[in-house]
Amino acid sequence: MRINWGERTVALTIAIFLLAFLALPVLRVILVAFQDASSGAFTLVNFQDFFRSSLFRESFWNSLYVAGMAVLLASLYALPLAYFTSRFEFKGAIIVQTLGVLPLVMPPFVGAVAMLLLFGSNGSINLLLDEYFGFTITFMEGLNGVIFVESIHYFPFILINLSASLSLIDRSMEESAHNLGAHGLRLFRRIVFPLAMPGYVAGASLVFLKVFDDLGTPLLLNVNNLLAPQAYLRVTSIGIDDPMGYVISVMLVAFSLLAMGVAGLALRGKDYSTIQRGGGGLAKRRMRPWERVVTYTIVLFILLLVLSPHIGLSLLSFGTIWSYAVLPDGYTLAHYHEVFRESPQFITNTLLYASLAGIIDVMVGTAIAYLVLRTRIRTRHWLDYAAMAALAVPGVVLGIGYLRTFFGISLPWSGQPLASWWVMLVIALSVRRLPYALRACTAALQQLSVSLEEAAQNLGARKLKTVWRIVVPLMAGGIAAGFVTSFATAAVELSATIMLVSSESDAPLSYGLYIFMQTAAGRGPGAALGIIAVIIVGLATYLSHRVVERGRRLGAQLQA
Amino acid sequence: MRVSGRFLAAALGALVAVSVASPPLYAGTIENKLVIVTSFPKDLTGVFKRAFEKRHPGLKIEMLKKHTNSGIKYIEETAANNISDMFWASAPDAFEVLKGDGLLHKYTPKTKGIPAKVGSYPINDPDGYYIGFAAAGYGIMWNKRYLKAKKLPPPKRWSDLAKAVYHGHVGMSAPSRSGTTHLTVETLLQGDGWAKGWAQWKDIAGNFKTVTERSFGVPDGVNSGDFGLGVVIDFFGLSSKASGYPVDFIYPPITTLVPANVGILKNAPHPKAAAAFVEFLLSPDGQALLLDPKIMRLPVNPATYAKAPAGFPDPFTDKSIGAAVKFDVKLSKSRYNVVNSLFDVMITYRLDDLRDAVGAVQKAEAALAEHPNAKAADLVREAKALIAAVPISEAKAAQPDFAKIFKKKRKKATDKVTGRQAEVEEQWDKMVKKNYAQAKAKAEQALAML
Repeated sequence: MRINWGERTVALTIAIFLLAFLALPVLRVILVAFQDASSGAFTLVNFQDFFRSSLFRESFWNSLYVAGMAVLLASLYALPLAYFTSRFEFKGAIIVQTLGVLPLVMPPFVGAVAMLLLFGSNGSINLLLDEYFGFTITFMEGLNGVIFVESIHYFPFILINLSASLSLIDRSMEESAHNLGAHGLRLFRRIVFPLAMPGYVAGASLVFLKVFDDLGTPLLLNVNNLLAPQAYLRVTSIGIDDPMGYVISVMLVAFSLLAMGVAGLALRGKDYSTIQRGGGGLAKRRMRPWERVVTYTIVLFILLLVLSPHIGLSLLSFGTIWSYAVLPDGYTLAHYHEVFRESPQFITNTLLYASLAGIIDVMVGTAIAYLVLRTRIRTRHWLDYAAMAALAVPGVVLGIGYLRTFFGISLPWSGQPLASWWVMLVIALSVRRLPYALRACTAALQQLSVSLEEAAQNLGARKLKTVWRIVVPLMAGGIAAGFVTSFATAAVELSATIMLVSSESDAPLSYGLYIFMQTAAGRGPGAALGIIAVIIVGLATYLSHRVVERGRRLGAQLQA
Repeated sequence: MRVSGRFLAAALGALVAVSVASPPLYAGTIENKLVIVTSFPKDLTGVFKRAFEKRHPGLKIEMLKKHTNSGIKYIEETAANNISDMFWASAPDAFEVLKGDGLLHKYTPKTKGIPAKVGSYPINDPDGYYIGFAAAGYGIMWNKRYLKAKKLPPPKRWSDLAKAVYHGHVGMSAPSRSGTTHLTVETLLQGDGWAKGWAQWKDIAGNFKTVTERSFGVPDGVNSGDFGLGVVIDFFGLSSKASGYPVDFIYPPITTLVPANVGILKNAPHPKAAAAFVEFLLSPDGQALLLDPKIMRLPVNPATYAKAPAGFPDPFTDKSIGAAVKFDVKLSKSRYNVVNSLFDVMITYRLDDLRDAVGAVQKAEAALAEHPNAKAADLVREAKALIAAVPISEAKAAQPDFAKIFKKKRKKATDKVTGRQAEVEEQWDKMVKKNYAQAKAKAEQALAML
């Protein structure tokens, strides 16, 4: 077989990127898992300790349970939103899809405070319930609390990927089905859903993995008996030389890869690609009046539920004092004033870092997806697995790994240590958020028939040109979905950020939040900063939807 | 004429002010930059940064804010190529870690008038590696609206928190998560003794709604009204109150005042600026800044209390604060990690089991008070003993060989430790879980008899 040097170079570059910025730093820290604490020799005894400990076993099963239930609940929010907005002539579809992304941006700390003030055992809802009905609901207690918050927080993964998939289904498939007599639910079950499967699986597996590995939510609810918080608590309280934290991390990585493998198996042996392009997604049906009432009610209800943290956050950002009450005592603009006066650089830094990280992610993500699905390079699947493993690496571990690996290297022009250069923060963010973009890009490419590229090549286009002129434009929906998820989540990343920030002038918004949320007086400004983060992400999402829409219209015009 | 005379006086005054404010002896020419790694909140650092920069025009302070633990890690990992000048944080034990690693630079402050001790705790490191600039003590804060709505009385002492009325209403951080919480746990253990101290903690913890992951999670929860009472360090309580939250704070009789510290790092790139900053913190002007309503920390200079608002606690005149316990720093250090680990195994990770067991005992005790019954009383006593049981004795906890298992950092490759923390903890966990389950069963059995 002819060796394609172009593909090899791309594969090698990505491999080096992942090796230098993910594998090496993490290994430098995680090696402790395989070391005997007393002699430093290689050992597996720490893993034995893990399985022997009832606390860890319990945590493991709890994590599995929580992740599974969160996927179920998240699907319940995401399916109607995705289906209604892409299936029907739905006014405000872009708005719904934009708002649907916002739950991903749950700013650290303040998000938690807002959720507790609304849903906590003495939150607004329970205070009202108690006053008028004499009972309360424990939304936020224990594992159920984690499932409740996680499903709200991460359901956008399913929404975004499923919507991207649905919009990539060609209208003619549906028309053929119509002509053959399939309608309504049957059409959905036999044609639409199966064709959208890659998107759903991509989203659902992300939700599963993310919940399985997630640290923020259990910590904010102070639920300890899950794997990720156990790892984090061990690393941060006993010290980075304690092996158990890393044993748990290794277990998290291993299990995440396993879960991905299972998701891959579910899609294997099926061809999801369609050849026709340009139909612009499903035909949008006009709704009958009563249908409209029902759908709008459902959509509004779901939006209200999933956006409740942000509603709470806005109240907090405009409120004066909010304590053991249904609503704040009074309202003020002072918190926003303080944020803009004291720390405007947090906002510009975040925009810069998160967009750079998002761009790196979709570039690397598209490249890996292409290598995996379109080439025969033997090690290509390992790139996929390695990139996905980033999902399971705790941010603290990555941060410490970066300090350990890159602090000794000085920048040639300023003598400043490499690890304290802001670009390293961007790279850390992009590595942490790469899995999101990668799944979105892979799903988009899976739906694209290879024959389009073959056609282009038969017409004399070279590989690079084919990718650039055919593949990338046709994947645009998926790439945009990838960018939005990476950007949105990078904008509020904290755990690696806090290790790597070495000067306040280089710090992003999440770090600013951390600073504000350490003092009683900082809660309002912190919430204001959180709202600003949400608005930034909302705008970015809206704009990228617009860009995709325009690209699609342009494509349709060209074809006509 | 009068105008110009006043002008003259003003100019003269300004001249005097400038000559007084101008950098004293130590400064000479100081560098124009200062990098401080700190765990303090913006409300504190901002005030000092502005004041210090005003005093030394042209100088810029870079405040790097990290959790205490991340700050230590950051300094350790970056020591080879150090770019930070100072470490500025609360917990003395964090400074002990840096001192142990040889990362601090010895400095003796020149400012006079600071006593040797606050409460029973020495203000400065006896070896001269770090310097106390403010004091803080633990106490109880509560949400007034919450207590009113739930009809709860405000507590006065630690043991009040163990009362059945507070079941499910208390919050605290874990000692392994926050150095200052550790001090509170250790203070009570030293004040009441090992066995009684742990029994007391478990009775209090049985009333916990939650163990928060961050120490600020406690005032946050009380401020929101998520739980009603919290075990917090004084400035969290005082500053929440000053920010307008409907909360209140007291020092219980057994408490330790602990200095918050500052230290200069070894190979600091700007040593003169760092020394000037230490002197500024201790100067009357610097000490007075601590009384800012958003900061509210206890100055170490007794003279500063003259400027404090009414009702502000003064440990130098009010001997009831922080003097009841002679805090033994050596003992605390010898079992530091063991105490953290014990607390996590017995309380943090088994909070649900503990809460259930303590709740059952509280119910049985309430019933017992109305219908005395010797057999049931025995069962309750047994249940309480099971809850109180600690897997290891005080002597064992402080044994160097045993404590070493919990100290992971091997200084040399030849250091030999037998036993692994995870292994020991699993044994403890087994015992604790079984005890709590049995205690609950016994208490329920007693209740059924009444």
